[in-house]
Amino acid sequence: MTETALGTAPPRRPPRSLTQRLAIAFRRSEALRGYSLLSPTLVVMALSMCAPLIMMVVMSFWSQTGFEFDTTLSLKNYSEAFSSPIYEALLLRTLKISGACALATVLISYPMAYYVAFHVHRRKILWIILMTLPFWTSYLLRVFAWKVVLGFNGAINSGLKVLGLIDQPLEFLLYSQDAVVITLAHAWAAFAVLPIYVSLEKIDRSLLEASADLGNGPAATFFRVTLPLSLPGVMAAMLLIFIPTVGDFVTPALVGGPDGLMMANIIQAQFGKVNNWPLGAALAISMMFIVAIISLLYVWISRQVAERFL
Amino acid sequence: MSRSTTFGGTNRTLMVYAVLYLAFLYGPVLLLPLFSFNDSIYVAFPLKGFTTQWYEEMLSNEPMHAALLNSIKVGTVTSVIATVLGALGAKAVTRYRIPGVKPVVGVISLPLVVPGIILGVALLILLTRSGIPLTLVTVTLGHVLLCVPFAMVTLIASFDGFDKSMEEAAADLGDNVLWSFWRVTLPIIFPGILASLLLCFTISFDEFIMAFFLAGTEPTLPIFIYSQLRFPQKLPGVLAMGACILVVSFVVVFLSQWLRRRNLGVPVNGGV
Repeated sequence: MTETALGTAPPRRPPRSLTQRLAIAFRRSEALRGYSLLSPTLVVMALSMCAPLIMMVVMSFWSQTGFEFDTTLSLKNYSEAFSSPIYEALLLRTLKISGACALATVLISYPMAYYVAFHVHRRKILWIILMTLPFWTSYLLRVFAWKVVLGFNGAINSGLKVLGLIDQPLEFLLYSQDAVVITLAHAWAAFAVLPIYVSLEKIDRSLLEASADLGNGPAATFFRVTLPLSLPGVMAAMLLIFIPTVGDFVTPALVGGPDGLMMANIIQAQFGKVNNWPLGAALAISMMFIVAIISLLYVWISRQVAERFL
Repeated sequence: MSRSTTFGGTNRTLMVYAVLYLAFLYGPVLLLPLFSFNDSIYVAFPLKGFTTQWYEEMLSNEPMHAALLNSIKVGTVTSVIATVLGALGAKAVTRYRIPGVKPVVGVISLPLVVPGIILGVALLILLTRSGIPLTLVTVTLGHVLLCVPFAMVTLIASFDGFDKSMEEAAADLGDNVLWSFWRVTLPIIFPGILASLLLCFTISFDEFIMAFFLAGTEPTLPIFIYSQLRFPQKLPGVLAMGACILVVSFVVVFLSQWLRRRNLGVPVNGGV
């Protein structure tokens, strides 16, 4: 890998051994050197992701017999996953909650990103760090914080009682699907703010001036120039929030209550107290598969729309 | 850019919104430290009075100390391994024109988009089927997987910011690869390395889902906290612990982000 060796390799004609030729090819080829430098990372990542995923696929065709696995392959788990009304209802609820959460997060984050992109001129970095800082702190604690806020005797209920606005605690706050959506929107806000901010920041400011020169007011400029140009960030943010929230089981477990349980809770239970690992694997794969299809469809549709109208 | 061209020329409305948004982000989180000093076992207003009782209890909580130590061990090892792997990857993709680099980077960044439960469950299945016992080592493996993409993104920014010719100059002056890395590359990307180490440590330290599946009998701190949430009388203790973790996380992450962004702004190629 010594770069100095590049120039010193003499143009000898006599036949070289295979190792010599390989060594020379290696020094000359940028791609080879690049890949050899990349290989430890790539190998570790690919192995520790692919091997487990393949094993999970294999296991999803097994079945659980007590504490042992019956390793004869069958589609039993998948037929159960796709025929049982419980899983169907749970899946629909999960998609609904994640979709609502993605939409809500993007809607509340857009004005914030807009403000920092266009109206903050000094100390932008500070604002960006401020917007994303909570994201790096303990996920568990942030979810737990919402349990404290929304709880039966939590901050909102007890606060309103102290102020004399209510006599009885508002019960709908905690253990509902709304609580899950709010908590998730809070937890994943950084995933909306950053992509939207980046796409807004990239907009060529002279386009906005051109729009104004052509007689558009601020509102018209926003809807005809800024918003369309920032849509890639918005679209990316929706996806970045939708996918991971589908797989969350901490939030529903802590603030969802029985009404707010999601698919991931059922999957987790298969590996815990229900103890049916193959079914859990099949459910996890089915969920991943459905999410992948929805995401691809979503990307495809948004591209079509973008080509047609923008 | 003239102000009138952007929507909401009434700057103030947007500014109020921005402040409200930050309140939404930080408000719930700040309740933890607030109630951790409250002299009541119930987490409710009105506040009953100031106490440091919960913090004193925390200091004598042996299982919590064990969990904290576990988390520090896992976080340290994770951050070093992930940063080394991230640095190799970052150098490779910034220094060499590699055909097919996009799908490769795509594979490496997969943990960013695959739900944690899928990776956790899949690793759990593989490890138990291979007869590998669940220990802190397996948790570390899961955390490395999560951290490498973040380390790589952070370090790509560092490698992008400096001039390849300086490494070449060192090589021309007779330094071998390792020596020129040690004397030239490392000092320049050091802020990036530090940022990556801090970031990976925080991610690992706070990570729950992977650890939930991959930890055996030795819990990490988030696992320990989760197990405490079932007992209402333990709640104030959790608040005190949570407040400490939050403060440390905030400081560490702020440092790491600041190092990273500051590093981006400094014209390294010109000034040295």
